[in-house]
Formats: sequence, structure tokens, C-alpha cells
Amino acid sequence: MKVDRRSFLGLGLGVAAGVAVSPLTVKLTDDLSIWTQNWPWTPVPVDGEVTYENSVCSLCPGSCGISIRKIKDRPVKIEGRTGYPVNDGGACLHGIAGLQYLYDPARIKSPLKKSGDKFVQISWDEAISEVADRLSEIRKSGAPEKVACILDKDSGSVAGLLKRLIKSYGSPNLFTMPGLESYLELTASTLHGQDMTIGFDLENSDFILSFSAGIIEGWGSPVNCFQANASRKERHAELWQIDSKLSNTAASADRWIAIKPGTQADLAMGMCAFIIKKNLYNASVIDSHEFARFASKVQNSYPIPKVSEITGIPSAVIKEMARAFIKAAMPVAVFGRGRGEGSQSLKELAAIHMLNCLAGNINKKGGTVVRSKSDYLSFPDESIDSIAKQGAAKAPLGKYIHDFFEKVGTGGNPAVEALLVYNANPCYALNNAKFVKQAIGQIPFVVNFSSFMDETAMESDIILPVHTFIERLEDVPSGAGLSKSVVGLSKAIVKPVYDTKHPGDAVILIGQALDASIAGNFEWESYEECLESAAQNIWDELSEEGFVVLTAGASREKVNIDAAFLADNSETVQIKGEGELILIPIDHMRLPADSPSASPFAIKTVSDDIIKGKDSFIEINPQSAKGLKNGDYVLVKTSVGSAKARIKLNEGIMPGVIGMVRGLGHTFGNKYVSGKGSNINELIAPVIEAGSGLDAASGIRASISGV
Amino acid sequence: MSNKENINEHDSAENSGEGIADEAKNDKGLGLGVIFFIVAFAVSFVAGTFVFPELLYSTKEQPFSFDHVLHVDEAGSCDTCHFVREDGSFSGIPKLENCMECHEEEPMGDTEDEAKFAELYVAQEKEIPWHVYSKQPDCVFFSHVAHIQSKNEGGAGMDCIECHGHIGESTASRPYEENWLTGYSRDIWGKNIFGFKTHSWDRMKMDDCAECHQKETGHKGYCFQCHK
Repeated sequence: MKVDRRSFLGLGLGVAAGVAVSPLTVKLTDDLSIWTQNWPWTPVPVDGEVTYENSVCSLCPGSCGISIRKIKDRPVKIEGRTGYPVNDGGACLHGIAGLQYLYDPARIKSPLKKSGDKFVQISWDEAISEVADRLSEIRKSGAPEKVACILDKDSGSVAGLLKRLIKSYGSPNLFTMPGLESYLELTASTLHGQDMTIGFDLENSDFILSFSAGIIEGWGSPVNCFQANASRKERHAELWQIDSKLSNTAASADRWIAIKPGTQADLAMGMCAFIIKKNLYNASVIDSHEFARFASKVQNSYPIPKVSEITGIPSAVIKEMARAFIKAAMPVAVFGRGRGEGSQSLKELAAIHMLNCLAGNINKKGGTVVRSKSDYLSFPDESIDSIAKQGAAKAPLGKYIHDFFEKVGTGGNPAVEALLVYNANPCYALNNAKFVKQAIGQIPFVVNFSSFMDETAMESDIILPVHTFIERLEDVPSGAGLSKSVVGLSKAIVKPVYDTKHPGDAVILIGQALDASIAGNFEWESYEECLESAAQNIWDELSEEGFVVLTAGASREKVNIDAAFLADNSETVQIKGEGELILIPIDHMRLPADSPSASPFAIKTVSDDIIKGKDSFIEINPQSAKGLKNGDYVLVKTSVGSAKARIKLNEGIMPGVIGMVRGLGHTFGNKYVSGKGSNINELIAPVIEAGSGLDAASGIRASISGV
Repeated sequence: MSNKENINEHDSAENSGEGIADEAKNDKGLGLGVIFFIVAFAVSFVAGTFVFPELLYSTKEQPFSFDHVLHVDEAGSCDTCHFVREDGSFSGIPKLENCMECHEEEPMGDTEDEAKFAELYVAQEKEIPWHVYSKQPDCVFFSHVAHIQSKNEGGAGMDCIECHGHIGESTASRPYEENWLTGYSRDIWGKNIFGFKTHSWDRMKMDDCAECHQKETGHKGYCFQCHK
């Protein structure tokens, strides 16, 4: 018997048949399919009890109430909080993606110190003592005014603590980023008096006249605005949108009135003149010498034909708008171009608000609410030593933040020895961002309190990483043009993911490490203790309900109307620069314009005619495109910068105007948002408004050429 | 060797009459091949049926033995510890804090297992790493409440035993047989490697769900009902 090839064949076939007939084949196939579902990189959420915790979102000034769904202590979803007075269950795309910020690739995981061109990790103790030592050194030299501080906003307890630190230290140089709330306060203080602010009752108004305010593009409290806009049809309320571009708000409006960029102030003045001339205004609310001066000035300077020529809006349409507005039962004129942030003209804001005054809608349902700024926090009085008194008495380096950077960037000797930046990204968000970056580069010591790496953090010497809004307890006052004033309580929903601290705790630790006179003003064990004592008047309700409505409905305060500013300042800020086109920024709901930048989820929702690959788009009317086609590459050039972009032909933008979306072109290490498109703020130069001192640039002259 | 030479060799073999003897030799080879086939088939079949399951599963002991009978006697019924939460989700295996509702710092009995429980888990505030016999892949959505709620309340009115068997009558934890490939318990496929079952709780595969759904509702159910 010889074992040959056929024997081996028989053996092989036998093995194959035996295995095939045995359960092994079926079982292994089944197991392998399950094995493929269990690869270690496949995320498997932990199972556990489902709970909900209420908190407040502070990603933008909207301050929406949120409900965070947790499974076994792990937050898994953010929803709008039902019954919250700002958003009543609604949430925007940034809010629902808020959990991504916990694990964002740009998060700063521990305190960092710049060493050469790189950052090295240091401990919190080292970081606090580095900051305190440097600040003490500057103070000892007798120049406390050489320390400056930039805040994202002026309200809330963390801003309160930083203001307390700067005041105790002795510097007059405290600046806030330009935001809608600061513009509302400025407009209110100009027309109505100090410490006032303005809200808009959009949800009840029957005629909203929006002067380029992006009602559904992130203006004010976005979700509140979406809801007000969504209910317009049921309420038979009209929205007329005055804009240089057929924005989403304009597309959703009953009327879109195209206007030349930067001429909104002239339009409002012209409408005021027409209303006064026709005696259509509510005389009972305005009766003063200043008003008479204003009335005669606008009637002389803003005749309708002239306004029509300036704005590009036909005279008949201007008159129709003025009549429709003034005759509506509950009209409201909304101001603040785009999101109402960035550069704005006080003349424009005040002139538009004067329309509200003329309509007599102040503190009326569906109109505007003019009230005192809410002040629910009471910190103990500070003790101020002689060094601080001397320092604080020095002149600040400008009235607004752009003045500050102008002085810092152009001065010879360092005007500022140290800068503290809290939750702000001026190197990205301010006009002529490259200049701002260069100015910050000249400051010897920059300390940044931030949760994320960004353009300003990159320029800092010490980064103190702070908890995100999901990881921290904090009072979150609403602002942003709401008709009511609400303060919500953001809670620590999850333990800090990285080695971060509460910004309030970091400030307290720095304060305690400074001179005894300053340390004495920071004698709290923790931020939590500080907040509880500062907000003691409302703490029980705030901690129990998660929010307190400070004022709601029409204010009963007596409101003065002072037209002196408008009577004295008739000049409208012109668009500067060279070129046959006017470049304007476009605010887009899906792209935050400031800090933090878009979440990975949000950036993915931006359409490919705004960002495609690494390229931004320039919107241009086919009439101005001179044969350029969709997708063509061009170089956009202005007096301060240039950027490569692609063409998007759009008949919905006025001829002669080109628009670029804000919120792109980040340059720090976050693969989701960095290196994508161009930052329009690097192309626009500030234009200072006479009379207010604000950067009021609404755009810049530009030219495009093929590349 | 060239083709020409091959042809020549073949020709010469035929001419000499040696071809018949070669065929007989080949037949012998076939007979041996059949024997090899039968033996290999038998060995493979036996290995695939009896040896393979033994190799596929490893045996693991639970952290300590758990006496269900004792606990059911003391606590009442299954749902005292394995309860449905207010929102309808199922609590599953009790967490340490659930155990601590009855067990406090000191052991309640004097068994070695309870001492282990107190020392290793209660004292160190560590969750007990139970091996769960009925754990299913995460891609499967299963609502306990829909199955155990009475028919009047819209549920299937099933008893725990129908899927989990008589585990509530066990006085000690049996070893956990873990599938090397999937990590899941042998209980899911069932003890019988062919997939045959005697009782409804012998297997917990998708086909078993479908079989019951077919019987009770007239339809096996759609993919997305469980795979969400």
C-alpha cells in the first residue's frame, strides 16, 4: 500500500468535509462577525442610569438654559431646557455639540509656559507663582498701570473678580471685547443715561425693522431670536430686513431692502427726518431742547432724495418703510449689524434707536425695553492701597480695545509690561488681526485664561487652562438684547477632564499670592464661596431653580431721551481703503466669530460654497464678476492684507460688494478648524468714528485679481 | 523536459502494454484515498463538534460566589435588585451602592464570600467586576420593561425565567465560560454547539428572539427594532 497524491487529496477533502459538516464553521462565522464589532477602537458607551441635569450654556452671549443627559455620570447629550425663560427648550447647533468642547483637540490640558517657540507643561503652583511674581515685580517698580486686562464681557462674577484684581492692583487699563451687550449699553447711555441697557421684545412685536441685524444668523440670543422669528407667521408679524446681501434673515423676511454697506446710519437719520417732518412721531415721549436741535438737523441734512442716493434705496421705499414702521401697532427697529459684535458705529446704533424713540415703543409690549443694568452681585468693598490709587489715576491706554492695541503696537517702549486675557481671542477677532497679534507680541508678559488654544493663547507666555462651561459652576447673566434680564447658574456637570481650574479660583489664587493689600481683597476659600456670598440676595433661588428672572416685561423706570449725540455728530463713517469693490464680513450661524471656534460637528455642517477644502469663498454679484466663474481662484487685496479665495457668484449680493464669511482661517493646532479658509478680520482695517471713538468699520475697499 | 520528450515517453508506455498495470495501481490509490477521506472526515467532525467548543471557551470564576436563593428569600423577588428605573431603563446587575442599601459596613452573615465582598469591594468602594452571563453586544437594543410589563399594560408579560432560566434558584455562582473571540458568555450560543435547545432560556441568539416574536406577534421583527 502506497500513500500517494490521491491519498493526500482524500485526507484534505475529508478534513474539509468533516469541518464543514461539524458546527465549527457556522459557530466560527458567527463569532467572527461578533468579534469584528468588538475591536478596541470601536467606542462602546458605558451603560448606566440615565439622569438629566440643568445648566446654562455660555458658549455665546445667548445664555440658553440646557438640560444635559447623563448616563452613569457621563454627559452624553445636551438639549435645550424646557421652561427656561431665554430659550424654552430650544437649542442651537453649537449648544447641542457643546460636549465636543470637553474633548476638543485644542483643549489646553495643563498650565503651559512658553519656552522659546514652544510651550512646556508646568504645575499649577508654578504657574500661579510665575504670574504673581511678575505682577509683584511690576508693581514694585511703581507702575501698576502697566498691567492691562482684556475680558470677553463685562458681566458675571468671573469678570467681577478680574475687575477686582485689576482695581486692587492699581491699573486703569481694563478692556472688554466689543459685543452686542456693550453696544446696547453704550447706545442706552448715549440716549438715555448711564448704567442703562436696551432689550428688544421681538417675540411680541408685529413689525420688526432690522437694520442688517442677523436675526437668525446669531444676533443677540440666537435661539430666542429663532423662536421669535419662527412664530412671526402665527402672530402675523412682519420682518423687513435692510441688508447689503440676501442673508438667511433677509430670505426669511417679508421684505428685503438692499442697502449700500455702511449707510444704515444715514437711512435711519433720513427715516427720522421724514417721520418728524410728517409729524408722525409720538410727541409725548420726546420734548426737549436737544430733540428740537436734532429734529432741525436731520431735516436739513437728510432729505429723502439725498438719503436715497447715499443708501441706494429708492425714495419711495424709504418713505414706505418709515410709514409702515411708524404706523405699526408694535414696531421695533433692531440694530447691530450681523451678530451685533465686532465693529459698530454709535451714530448708526443711536440713529436706529431714535426710530424706536419716535415710535414711542420704549418700554411698550413688542417694542424696546430700556432698563438699568442688572446688578445682582455684591462684592465686599475693596481696600485700595496708595500704589493702586496712583496707578488707577493714570490715563488708560485708550477708551476702547482697538485704541489700546494701537498704542501698544505703535509705541516705542513697552506701554504695557503685562497683559491678562480672559476668554477672549483679540488676535483673531479684532479688525486688522495681524496688527493686534504683532502688538501683543510686543508685550513682555501675557497671561491667558483659556480652555482652548487659539491665536491669542499662542502669543501668551503663561496659559492657565480653565474648565469649560460643562465643568464649572458660574453665574451666567443673559444679555444680548433680550427683553428680560435673567441670570442662570451653570453647573459642574462632569469632573474636569484635564488638569484645569475654575477661572475664578485661578484669579483668587493670583490675588492671594500678591501684596497683602491685594490678598486681603481675595479672602475666599474658593470661587464657589465667593459666588455664594456675592450673589447672596438671589442665591437660594438661583441654586434651587437654576435661574432667576431679574426683570421681565416693560420696565417702569422713567426713561429720558437725549438726542444731543445725534444732533452733534452728523458725519457717517465712510468705508476706507482702495479698490473698486467693498468687502463686507458675513456672519454665519454655523461659524462662531470669536472664542471658542467651531466644534468639529459645527464645522462639518458648513456648506461647500462657504469653505471647500482649505479655501474660503468670496460672494460676488455676477455683474461685478467680470467674467469670473464659480470656483475660480482670486486674490482679494485690501490696504491691510490679502487672501486667496474662490468665487461664489451670488445675485443676492449688491453689485460692487463682495462678502466673506467670518469665523474661518484659524491658525492654531486644531485639525477641524485650523488652516481652513481665511480670516476676514485680517483684511479689514479699523476706522475710528469721530464722536464715539469706536472702531466703526463696516467693511473695506478691496480689489480682486486672478491667481 | 521538453514537450516533445513527454509525448515520446507516453507513446512508449502505451506501446509496451504497461498502461493496464498503471490503472490498477491508480485504483488502489483511490481506495486508500477513500479511507483517508473517511478517517479525516470523522476526525475533523469529532474535533469540530467536541474538541473545538472546549478550546473556544475559557473558564473564569466570578469574583465571589453569589447565593441567589438566600437573597431572594431575604429581599423578595428578582426586581428588588434587578429593577426597572422610573424612565423605563433596566438597572441590570446591581451596583455596589444598591448592595449597600442592605449590606452596611459589617457583613450580615459569616460566609467566606461575604467576607470577600466586604473586604475587597465594600471597604475599597470598588464595583464588583461580575462576569455577566446574559451580556449581549452593544449594537443590540433590548428593552426589559417592554418584555416584562403585563399584557394589560402593553408589555409582553414575560417572566424573567423565560430568558434567564432558573438563575434565581442558584445557591452558588457557576463558572463563566468566556468565548475567546467575542468575550461573551457561552450562555448566549447555548451549551449545545449545534444550537439545539430544550428550554427557551438555553440560548439567547437573535434567532431565538425572532422565534418568540414570530410566535407571539406573528412577525420576526425588523432589523431596526433592535439594531439602532
